[in-house]
Amino acid sequence: MNVLIIAAKEIHQAIRNRWVLAATLLLAGLALSLTFLGSAPTGNVGVRTLDVVVVSLSSLTIFLVPLIALLISHDAIVGEMERGTMLLLLSYPVARWQVLLGKFLGHLAVLAFATCLGYGAAVGALAATGSQIDSDSFLAFAAMVGSSVLLGAAFVAIGYLVSALVRDRGTAAGICIGLWLLLVLIYDMALLGVLALDQGRSISASVLNAMLLSNPTDAYRLINLTGFANVSTFAGMAGLAQTTSLTIPVLLTALLCWTLLPLGLAALAFSRREL
Amino acid sequence: MTSTVRVSDVAKVFGRVEAVRGASFTLGQGELVALIGHNGAGKTTLMKLMLGLIRPTSGAIEVLGDNPAAGEFAGRRQLGYLPENVSFDPALTGRETQAFYARLKREPVAKALELLDAVGLGAASRRRVNTYSKGMRQRLGLAQALLGEPRVLLLDEPTTGLDPELRQTFYDIIERLAARGATVLLSSHALTELEERAGRVIIMNRGIKVADGSIDELRRLARLPTRIRLKVAGLASSEMPPWAPNDAACRRLNGHIVEIDAAPERKIELLHRATAAGNSVEDVDVVPPTLDELYAHFLRQSEQAP
Repeated sequence: MNVLIIAAKEIHQAIRNRWVLAATLLLAGLALSLTFLGSAPTGNVGVRTLDVVVVSLSSLTIFLVPLIALLISHDAIVGEMERGTMLLLLSYPVARWQVLLGKFLGHLAVLAFATCLGYGAAVGALAATGSQIDSDSFLAFAAMVGSSVLLGAAFVAIGYLVSALVRDRGTAAGICIGLWLLLVLIYDMALLGVLALDQGRSISASVLNAMLLSNPTDAYRLINLTGFANVSTFAGMAGLAQTTSLTIPVLLTALLCWTLLPLGLAALAFSRREL
Repeated sequence: MTSTVRVSDVAKVFGRVEAVRGASFTLGQGELVALIGHNGAGKTTLMKLMLGLIRPTSGAIEVLGDNPAAGEFAGRRQLGYLPENVSFDPALTGRETQAFYARLKREPVAKALELLDAVGLGAASRRRVNTYSKGMRQRLGLAQALLGEPRVLLLDEPTTGLDPELRQTFYDIIERLAARGATVLLSSHALTELEERAGRVIIMNRGIKVADGSIDELRRLARLPTRIRLKVAGLASSEMPPWAPNDAACRRLNGHIVEIDAAPERKIELLHRATAAGNSVEDVDVVPPTLDELYAHFLRQSEQAP
């Protein structure tokens, strides 16, 4: 009950602050431009447009959704402490884990709303312009939207963990930018570099799998680029898709762990905090 | 009298600062207690300890049957708190804020919104909190603290930023709550205001409780002189009247007023002597030591003690 009251307030605030509007417009704008501009190289003949959209949009999501998630979550705890509102909230009959979980549900709802509506706009636009959308493509698209929300959840949880550990908002923002750069950009480059140097001598397939699972953005990428046969053709990943042992359930579990583990640690850190 | 708040031998250390040292007291139902002390004397720390916002380094606290340090919070439904420098989420209106806090306490929202009128927020309650002045935020802070007939009210500097009229309303409200059995603990610098209202005063200095009792008890303990001011007719400007005692400090104030510092038990005797001497005394004022003076006295005393 307390959790829902707090979640409702977070949503209310996000609507007031125009977070919801901004995130939805941003995602919708990018999804629409990718849908119409992105199909230029492939042309419109005989190609299942929505599959192309899934490939390009999921690559975009990897950059954008973690960024939005960290932006709304990094000051959830430390920011409220600095503003002094946490002091009053915690004098009410609520447990600290309820505060955290309530905020999580609220932020996740905002993110899910923005993603579904923003990306949904792309499908709507395709349907409106008369493109053929078969059920396989639609399934892959729905999975992309769902896993994007899950990716967002993981980064919201990571943002909370940072927020529960640091002393001021500036530090939280700095660490979150660093984490974003690391997980979204640097990790993959470093991984490629290591693989190229190693030439397959000491890094076995299972080590590589473990390395891919230990970054939520890679788990997300694999779900969307290899998970569906119709999409992996366009992603140039068809070969990989047939041989990889990282199946969708495994990848989803990894993303779920990336959400629950930081969230649990954040709750633990928050419960120990003095303010 | 049932106790609502029990603080036993509590100490709280922040790094190298001992914010509270060995404080013990029990607050009972219906008590209106003033917690006074300098900035940094440990008043806010004590309230935060009672709320479980921080944990004591040693000692134990019980508030409405809960141990706040262990994260128990069932009793907080009947607890109101107004922090020093209260702040709210700026994007919400006063009404939305009050409704949110009412839901957390499971109080009917309609009743909670009536409190906004009681503290005089009125039409401003439909505006966003970021447009509020300090006084208006303080009013909203009071309204949320009063939610749901609290049995314990912890008010940290509640009257700062309130205009005199609202101060009066505020004290009326908390006196009514105390009369109905609520424990009110309020910290303040406005000692003159508290003097008439607080049934009990706890004085803190550098984390140590230096005095605890009703104002009369503190006066007895402090043994500060009562000032007797007599308006005397027909007295030369530097002359002392013949009945002035030799063993108490006497001085002349502007023109024809004689002020005598009387030890508490000699008050009546001195008054007798003054009035028995004839008709020259035209008026008399008896000023017992004020809370300001008592406070200064106990602070001096605790500073001198090792």
